[in-house]
Amino acid sequence: MRHYQIHVTAKKGIFDPAGTTAQHALENLGYDGVRGVKIGKLIELAADDSVTADEVAQMCARLLANPVIEDFDIKEA
Amino acid sequence: MGTQGCRFGVVVFPGSNCEQDVISALRHLGLEASYVWHQDTDLSGYDALVLPGGFSYGDYLRCGAVARFSPVMEEVVRFAGAGRPVIGICNGFQVLTEARLLPGALIRNRRLKFICAPVPLRVEKSVCTWLDLPEGTVLTLPINHNEGNYTCDDHTLAELVEGGQVVLRYCLPDGTRPPGGCAPNGSLDDIAGICNAAGNVFGLMPHPERAVDGISGCTDGAGFFSAVVASAREVVGR
Repeated sequence: MRHYQIHVTAKKGIFDPAGTTAQHALENLGYDGVRGVKIGKLIELAADDSVTADEVAQMCARLLANPVIEDFDIKEA
Repeated sequence: MGTQGCRFGVVVFPGSNCEQDVISALRHLGLEASYVWHQDTDLSGYDALVLPGGFSYGDYLRCGAVARFSPVMEEVVRFAGAGRPVIGICNGFQVLTEARLLPGALIRNRRLKFICAPVPLRVEKSVCTWLDLPEGTVLTLPINHNEGNYTCDDHTLAELVEGGQVVLRYCLPDGTRPPGGCAPNGSLDDIAGICNAAGNVFGLMPHPERAVDGISGCTDGAGFFSAVVASAREVVGR
């Protein structure tokens, strides 16, 4: 069994309303140095050894992320 | 032209919740309309399809992301590819973008608030075969969504604008748009509805089906559906 951690975040140039709101909230709390907050998703995927890395990438491109608005990063845990 | 001859199929996914409103609006106009279950794969009995609003598959992962792989969707893609009319309302619009039948995506509203309100919308000059209303017509229709903030890259936006694919924009009650935009959800270029390059696939966030019989306080949806029906009849050649 292999375990993957997949991070999905808003693509560069795509507005991230949740991240921007959290950033403003941190500023309101007095944290002056915050220069960016991006909020994404962490997907933990467990798959048989027979599932290839290519297939995991396909799963991301087809369903787990929307490449129109999101980037994904796959790490084997 | 009689009221017969344009048979609407209303696609129901688990979690759709506006299908009855759509059926009721279409029947109110004397049209034939029936439900299509998401596992159906035979669309031969229909001339036009409606993907209604709701929360298909609980909106899990992303709105429309799971519905897009329902068995019926392969046939919807084929139906659309044959030039037949397909319209997606709210969640239906999100499904159409996830299925790549329409470009771009619908992300969370800019201010993270679910918005439920009647809003003014401007009909733009477009290639959309669904809508036969003069450019500049202002309609008031309800919106009801958390993820209606349309976005796409600059290249796609330029293509949409140049190709006459922007069908509806949020506007002020007099039909104008202030320089900073006026979309209540933060939509790019105030976009509320777009169509594909061929004009037969149309997605919009507002709910015309909720503004047909006056119960909700406005009836601009009736004119909208009449126009839709007139155009759809032309498309199916009846």
